[in-house]
Amino acid sequence: MASDDIWILGIKMTKFGKHPDKDIVDLASEAAMAALADGGVTMKDIGILAAGNLMGGGGVGQQIQKQIGQTGIPVYNVSNACATGATALRTAIMAVKAGEVDMGLAVGVEKLAGAGLLGAGGKAKSDKKVYEPKGRYGAVGSVDGRIGTDSMPGVFAQVGMEYGHKYGGASFELFAKISEKNHAHSTLNPLAAYTKRMTLEEIMNDVMIAYPNTRSMCSANCDGAAAAVVVSGAKLKTLSLEQQRRAIKVKASVLTTDPWQEACQVLPDVNTLTKNAARIAYEQAGVGPNDLDLVELHDCFATAELVHYDNLGLCEEGGAADFFMSGASWRDGKTPVNVSGGLESKGHPIAATGIANIWEVCHHLRGEAGDRQIEGAKVGLAHVIGLGSACGIHILEKSGL
Amino acid sequence: MSKQIPFVDYLVLGDKPHLVANECTGCGARFFDRRNACASCFGTLFKKVDIVTEGELRAFSIVTFAAPGVKVPFVSAIVDCGGTSVRCTLTNVEPSPEHVKLGMKVRLALVPVGADDEGTEAINYGFEPA
Repeated sequence: MASDDIWILGIKMTKFGKHPDKDIVDLASEAAMAALADGGVTMKDIGILAAGNLMGGGGVGQQIQKQIGQTGIPVYNVSNACATGATALRTAIMAVKAGEVDMGLAVGVEKLAGAGLLGAGGKAKSDKKVYEPKGRYGAVGSVDGRIGTDSMPGVFAQVGMEYGHKYGGASFELFAKISEKNHAHSTLNPLAAYTKRMTLEEIMNDVMIAYPNTRSMCSANCDGAAAAVVVSGAKLKTLSLEQQRRAIKVKASVLTTDPWQEACQVLPDVNTLTKNAARIAYEQAGVGPNDLDLVELHDCFATAELVHYDNLGLCEEGGAADFFMSGASWRDGKTPVNVSGGLESKGHPIAATGIANIWEVCHHLRGEAGDRQIEGAKVGLAHVIGLGSACGIHILEKSGL
Repeated sequence: MSKQIPFVDYLVLGDKPHLVANECTGCGARFFDRRNACASCFGTLFKKVDIVTEGELRAFSIVTFAAPGVKVPFVSAIVDCGGTSVRCTLTNVEPSPEHVKLGMKVRLALVPVGADDEGTEAINYGFEPA
């Protein structure tokens, strides 16, 4: 192991679901302490804490320290939409890579159970009594519903439909089948919020949220946390053989935003920044899509999973529908995608997601995934995207020891 | 007759209602809102351009679940108006997959939103099947 490599030494996620008895600090602390124990280290070893949380009101990093150990190290509280967890991890990685510290801790936590529809706001939309132009569009009232949709299920429905319009082959049934796969995968994941296998019929006949996304094709709002300890190659060499054997190499760590595209002002472009991040990540890692033994990608909606097959280069350009229909992304396929159950069934506690998907990949690379183990997994990729937009991609590799 | 105002400032009412964009004089990128500098080339000079009123449906979703106060169902859509993408709600069409098709031709239509307490009527835009 090269001294300037970055490794994940310890990593854990909590059970995703409803945690009415725990607040975000409890959940984050549970994940953080479990990640430290998994890595065989304590807060004394940690030189930086990056804490991700979106909906909690800020400053969660310092609150976590008060529960698990106040050592005076710098805290970075990060918020980057659905890429918050990946951003926290990348913050810790950058600090280690810069040589400022040799070990860092990243935590992502969210409480979202019962949060309802995201993006459009929970408050009732009402107009002023006297019209007054407001905001950058000079609107005299709420535009949601009157000029398209602000809701996430609707926005991502359009993303999938746009792909279908460009390349063909994307029907309501195809999107539902993607969801069927992820719900089937979730039955093997005890930490998933929902582990019920659903038939295609049940999915298609579920409550329609925003055509073509029914309720079971949408990511599940839930509570959860995940945490990871990252370490430099130089430091890892000084640790035990068991720690070195279980450590997972970070082959690539990339964060991008959306470059300007013609239509991005009216429909967020989730494609270009993912393609850019994937290209950079494959270059950094020296691997290609065909080398991946498993992929956890951001299926915030079934319509999103389809476009990311293409964006991550898992198929030929325009070939996402054929790629899926070939069975390639099922757990016994060529490139298993979302064997955790994905956001649609594992759940999507926003800031936890970008570390939890890395835990899933590491779990398989370590050969510790039990019933859902992808046999012989050596290299995996984790992807998240936050609308606005931010894309995080990490490529991970099993230790050679 | 009561006073009419556009629902958003990039809608121009009158004899030939249409949308206007701020076009970067350097690279031609178009924006419906104001920008401090062009997001594409960082230029700071913009001119107003009219957007063609006919287009093609490039993406849509039939939204059946929305925030309180938002009337459902409605068809959210992205329309390609001669190379400029426009976000809108479709009007004068049944909100069902049988009636809304990708690639269908649509045109700008006006949608009254109602009057405020001073009797000023706001007029919104939508797109309808051409």
